[in-house]
Amino acid sequence: MSDAPQTLLEVRDLNVRYATAEGDIHAVSDVSFEVRRDEVFGIAGESGCGKSTLIRALLRLLHSNGRTEAAALNYDGRDLQTMSDRDFREQILWQEISLVPQSAMNSLNPVYRVGEQTVEAIQAHREMPTAQARERVAELFDIVGLQADLMNSYPHEFSGGMRQRAMIAMALALDPGLIVMDEPTTGLDVLVQERILRRIREIRSEIRSSIILITHDIAVIAEMSDRVAVMYGGRIMEQAATLDLFESPHHPYTLGLKNAFPSIRSLGQAGAELISIPGSPPPLIGPQHDCPFAPRCPFSIERCAGEIPPARQLGADHQARCFRLDDVVELREQARHKRTWHSSN
Amino acid sequence: MALLELNGVTRHFDIRPGLFARLVHKAPMRHIKAVEAVSVSLERGEVLGIAGESGCGKSTTCMMIAGLLAPSGGEIVYAGESLASQNAEAQRRHRRQVQMIFQDPYESLNPRFRVFDIVAEGPRAQRLWPEREIGERVEAMLAGVGLPPAKYAQRYPHEMSGGERQRVGIASALVTEPDLVIADEPLSMLDVSIRAGILDLLKKLSRERNFSCVYVSHDLSILGNIADRLLVMYLGQAMEVGPTLEVIRQPKHPYTRALIGAVPVPDPRVRRPVPKISGDISRPVDPPPGCRFAPRCPFAEQSCREQFVELKASASAGHQAACHRLGELPLEGL
Amino acid sequence: MSLAIERSWIGAAGGALAEHYRIITANPLGRIGFWIIVAFVLVAIFAPWLAPHPPWEMQYDSEGGFASLRSPSLEFPLGTTHLGYDLFSQLILATRTTVIIGAVSGVISIVIGANIGLISGYYGGKLDELLMRFTDILYGMPFLPFIIVLVALFGRKLEFVILAIVLIIWRTSARVIRAQTIAIKQRQFIIAARARGAGDLRIIYRHILPNVLPLVLLYTSFNIAWSIITEASASFLGFGDGETISWGGMLYELWLSGKTRVAWWWFAAPSLCIIALVTSLVFVSRAYEEVANPRLRKR
Repeated sequence: MSDAPQTLLEVRDLNVRYATAEGDIHAVSDVSFEVRRDEVFGIAGESGCGKSTLIRALLRLLHSNGRTEAAALNYDGRDLQTMSDRDFREQILWQEISLVPQSAMNSLNPVYRVGEQTVEAIQAHREMPTAQARERVAELFDIVGLQADLMNSYPHEFSGGMRQRAMIAMALALDPGLIVMDEPTTGLDVLVQERILRRIREIRSEIRSSIILITHDIAVIAEMSDRVAVMYGGRIMEQAATLDLFESPHHPYTLGLKNAFPSIRSLGQAGAELISIPGSPPPLIGPQHDCPFAPRCPFSIERCAGEIPPARQLGADHQARCFRLDDVVELREQARHKRTWHSSN
Repeated sequence: MALLELNGVTRHFDIRPGLFARLVHKAPMRHIKAVEAVSVSLERGEVLGIAGESGCGKSTTCMMIAGLLAPSGGEIVYAGESLASQNAEAQRRHRRQVQMIFQDPYESLNPRFRVFDIVAEGPRAQRLWPEREIGERVEAMLAGVGLPPAKYAQRYPHEMSGGERQRVGIASALVTEPDLVIADEPLSMLDVSIRAGILDLLKKLSRERNFSCVYVSHDLSILGNIADRLLVMYLGQAMEVGPTLEVIRQPKHPYTRALIGAVPVPDPRVRRPVPKISGDISRPVDPPPGCRFAPRCPFAEQSCREQFVELKASASAGHQAACHRLGELPLEGL
Repeated sequence: MSLAIERSWIGAAGGALAEHYRIITANPLGRIGFWIIVAFVLVAIFAPWLAPHPPWEMQYDSEGGFASLRSPSLEFPLGTTHLGYDLFSQLILATRTTVIIGAVSGVISIVIGANIGLISGYYGGKLDELLMRFTDILYGMPFLPFIIVLVALFGRKLEFVILAIVLIIWRTSARVIRAQTIAIKQRQFIIAARARGAGDLRIIYRHILPNVLPLVLLYTSFNIAWSIITEASASFLGFGDGETISWGGMLYELWLSGKTRVAWWWFAAPSLCIIALVTSLVFVSRAYEEVANPRLRKR
């Protein structure tokens, strides 16, 4: 049982389903992970893997046709599942767990000044006189690297990078223990992304919040997170400390992702070829009985299409779901070659 | 003779403020200098990459090369003929020979057209072949991009994934058998795991069908993978050009160096040094004279702010940078 | 064998009709509206055979008496006017007039409106300004006085009634379709079409039109509905076509007779028909509106 004071957020066997006309979509299945204090936990995955649904379920922001179930969903020892909506809104949202949403460009109200909006957001959750709230906002702007006088500007006067920083400032406003950042730098230019990520790294020591960082960009995960979970088809396929994941990846999807991510430093060198994973993510309609990656996996065996591999412990803090984990050394070697992935052309 | 030459190409947009703003606020005319004095050439069979961030003018440049937008200044020469001097017949030919692949697979396909009609549009609009022949070529092209016509020809865009749609976009650009294909960030809206597949497809098709390519992207790692030569742009100006691997490994312009240094590395063991650059990108509206990178450049001097220098040859062949202090600066390579 | 040639356009047209039927009837209101419209159209088509008597012929009842101002009976299902005219026959024949005027005016006005909207929106600049100023002028023109003047000048003929209605009604659809054209022409698939070599006219009619089609269909039903109301209003004031009977014309004759308070049957029939047909057209428009604006669809 992970009740150690180290654990901030505990999620066990989380399932999220959407009811649609075509049947239930099993967007998230059997997801278990924990986020510890003072760490950046990365969730890596592409479109359709369930990472956004996971976050929305955590923050109770699902559409009305979504249902969440979990064996355990605890924040700082408190059971989030039994909490009423009202308690959740008043005590958890923004105060303990806050969100920097995707496409921050569209999250700011264009007719109000940015400082005003932030003050309002603070006062909506905590009794604070306006003067004090303004001071806090000025402080937050400073932390994220925005000049204080920008408080009086409108969102359209902010560049994309600046708006993103404003959203981060809002997320920090009430000193939450956990900040969820959903694709925080997607859509931003490289130099802007660099500065924002650098800033986030710098403020970690100042703010003491943990961060869940969701992105499809493996390079961002590599630079920012302490531990990573790789999601595919609604399940966590592999999770480990970041260094471990890169030094000894076990799951075929992880191996595939590494191939698909070019590094600018290894251009022109042997083995730096970009290899894609043919196929597309599964639609996840109805209960799933196979490993979701099996249709695209070059290493799948009969067992994969009939059983879902259970999570197997591979070392302290390293788990993966695959029936072929014992052959990993051989699979890693094979995964480096293009023909392994594209032989059925 | 180079297939394509841009000589001092410039494109301005004028923003006229509304009547009210002009009367009450005396708001002046503003000029967006989207592209400023860019000169570069492309040889047959080559892939020229254009790298840069948003606002650098790469999309505007693409539109000008494709003949969809006229330059405000300078000249674009294609196969020895200046685009400005083309009559209607020559413009039609240009339309056939120069095609574009667009960035957003969700927006670049007409939602009311079936795949067959989307791909057949070019030949039909240009009346290249009789309908029966168009049908055969379209089906062959669909097969060539990995979309079996029996399964895909009658589908609508919303029934396909992003990768499939982008393949349709590629098919519709290549069916007219162009000599030059301009690819405007074709991968940026696709999932990472399928990008390599589309890139491979482009490489394979460019070998089979023998076309040259201008590939625009903000992603240096992709450019490193496909481009033979690389042009780096910033706020409408050409900053550096040269063989791709050399530009990436031994950049001669501070902006290029900063750009390369800022790309995150998919390896937690590598620590990137802090890029030497300050401030945020500004908009190319009413810019000051001189090098547009000067406000953010750690090595800028007075002359940089006052006068813009065009691409100057450096010590290595074919590698040029637009910098007054070319050769002096301590820019470490990768 | 090329797939393109296999798809004959008859098959495509049949497919399109089926698609429209599906769109309209998906909505329960749309279904009701559709069938009511079908009923009226059938009556309009078979009117001459359905109407037992001519519209302006004095009727005598079975006992030989002058059938004046009779309330509905077996012999005269909708009663008679003060001059003994059979209202049932009048109503049936009036349905034909109204449906024809409505359909013709509605369709002509949308054809004009859509084309002006498309061309104005696509080309912009001076042409757009010119066309829109012209539309604005027409907006300023009050409906009924315009029709009254036109008909008063040129006579109470069917063609002038249709002309007058068309001239006023096309303006709203033009504005709306122009707005949507402007929005669509910026989209990347239009730039792609230009890159593939499509000229202006091809882009307007082959690329943009299919995307504004839901809006065009929506306004077709609206325009038909408005045409019917306008015609009824004009006829009621005595400015409709003099030679045929229409629902508005029936009400006009009622008003002229001074028997409005007395002959409820005379008043009820045409009024209910106007309401029924116009409402049905609005229901059908609503169904198209859900296609034009998917956000209105319930999940």
